[in-house]
Amino acid sequence: MSGKRSTFLISALAFGFAFLYVPILLVIIYSFNEGKLVTVWSGFSTKWYVSLFNNDGMIDAAWNSLRIGVMSATLALALGTPAGLVMSRFGRFKGRTLFSGMIAAPLVMPEVITGLSLLLLFVTLEQIVGWPAGRGISTITIAHSTFCAAYVAVVVQSRLSGMDISVEEAAMDLGAKPGKIFFVITLPMILPALLAGWLLSFTLSLDDLVIASFVAGPGSTTLPMKVFSSVRLGVSPEINALATLIILAVSILIVIASIMILRSERMRNRTANASDI
Amino acid sequence: MSSDKLTLKQRFDRWMIKHGRVLVIGIPYFWLFLFFLVPFLIVLKISFSMAEYAQPPYSALFAWIDEGVTITLNFGNYLFLLSDSLYATAYLNSIRIAAISTVITLLIGYPMAYGIARARGSMRSVLLMLVILPFWTSFLIRVYAWIGILDREGLINAFLLWTGIISEPLIMRQTEFAVYVGIVYTYLPFMILPLYSTLEKMDISLIEAALDLGCKPWQAFVKVTLPLSLPGILAGSLLVFIPAVGEFVIPELLGGPNTLMIGRTLWNEFFANRDWPIASAVAIAMLVFLVVPIMWFQHIQTKQEEGQQ
Repeated sequence: MSGKRSTFLISALAFGFAFLYVPILLVIIYSFNEGKLVTVWSGFSTKWYVSLFNNDGMIDAAWNSLRIGVMSATLALALGTPAGLVMSRFGRFKGRTLFSGMIAAPLVMPEVITGLSLLLLFVTLEQIVGWPAGRGISTITIAHSTFCAAYVAVVVQSRLSGMDISVEEAAMDLGAKPGKIFFVITLPMILPALLAGWLLSFTLSLDDLVIASFVAGPGSTTLPMKVFSSVRLGVSPEINALATLIILAVSILIVIASIMILRSERMRNRTANASDI
Repeated sequence: MSSDKLTLKQRFDRWMIKHGRVLVIGIPYFWLFLFFLVPFLIVLKISFSMAEYAQPPYSALFAWIDEGVTITLNFGNYLFLLSDSLYATAYLNSIRIAAISTVITLLIGYPMAYGIARARGSMRSVLLMLVILPFWTSFLIRVYAWIGILDREGLINAFLLWTGIISEPLIMRQTEFAVYVGIVYTYLPFMILPLYSTLEKMDISLIEAALDLGCKPWQAFVKVTLPLSLPGILAGSLLVFIPAVGEFVIPELLGGPNTLMIGRTLWNEFFANRDWPIASAVAIAMLVFLVVPIMWFQHIQTKQEEGQQ
């Protein structure tokens, strides 16, 4: 690689990462600002964190969001894992094109369309079969797990495609039943992907404003809905404090998860190398 | 062995071997069908009904009259979309803003993805992690961060006024410029990741061969690297373009009252005007335009998956 070119690449990377990180850093710094104005630094203070924890509406919304996030991520894992397995291991079957379309489309579908269409489904279902009676946490959970399942399916599928199929074939030749093969061989091998898929679904659910706004009912205000209504009025130091806490929690979670994934990867490589010898 | 001598477990196993495959396909299939596909049909249906002061606020499409079903299709909503230039403006604006943002994202993302793909092993995973990290942190908060930066009393203005470069604050928030910044900022990881995965897989000896055969570095880039990374460019661009067309949060928080985008129009029809049929018609109009890019995206996804196997 020529020197001129690598200088260009390094400055592109430096500019890109500055672009990605400076705004986040500013939010964190100004969460410790004493004054209410964002532009004027008037001394270090943690008072906005105290006022955040005394904001009952915000705490309730955060609690709702966490509950919805855990339930949606778990449901999305239960639906997305078989979907990913089907896509990479089941070969051709009737309706496969439609199936792969229903997995790819939620990844890019504008949220306003997904939100509106799900709301109209829930309203129609309520008219016809009386379920779901009203909207709230359960309808948000269904909505979130549906689009998160598509993400899980893609993560699981790409993990399975990169994986050696011969171990599963060997087990099948030796007479293991499909269910046993899945739980004893496939599942342990795709465990890092499942962890990544769950975490991805959890954060996507925690983050969603648009879809939740459409399918929410009274009493099921989520954290993003609360943040959005406050942000609309302008910058507030309390939101900066909340943002800092979210960024901190996510960073810790991601670092732990990637260390776990890296470690299991290394173990796998080591055992693979040992078997080569 | 006759079947009545089988234990319950054996029967269950037999049943699973026979029907397990159908079950594994069937459960996610049914779920996605019910909660992803059927809703669009309902949106289509309601886009043909009329707004009413009722609960839910639209008229029934099917009615029992004289022992027969009459279907009243009402094209009024679509005619209304055509008659009011507001919708056409919002529609074209969204496509233009999404397209320009996609190009800017590509121009920033490509060198970054290339740099990461050519970095040394351990450095590479650190850089990749740095791209993914903002993608996991809250989208709303990343948009919010720019309010504080671009506002009239924001950080850029405060800095420029302090240095004396300007004497009047610049208007940056509530402009189309701010919407571009917001879209490029939040969607950049979606562009970098697919670009990185094609660039990383690329055989570097091809470039070396081109250089050995007398290509200048830029020629090698245009003739070898660029065509080989085309799947990544397409996947990344579609991942940015399609959701950006229907974007609501960014134009609402960073754009001005004049920054009309179709996602925002849909939101206002639904929440402010409570006109569900018009909102449905807007959604269908958006989908009609997006169907082709979405199918294209799916095609690239499947092709890439098959290429891996």
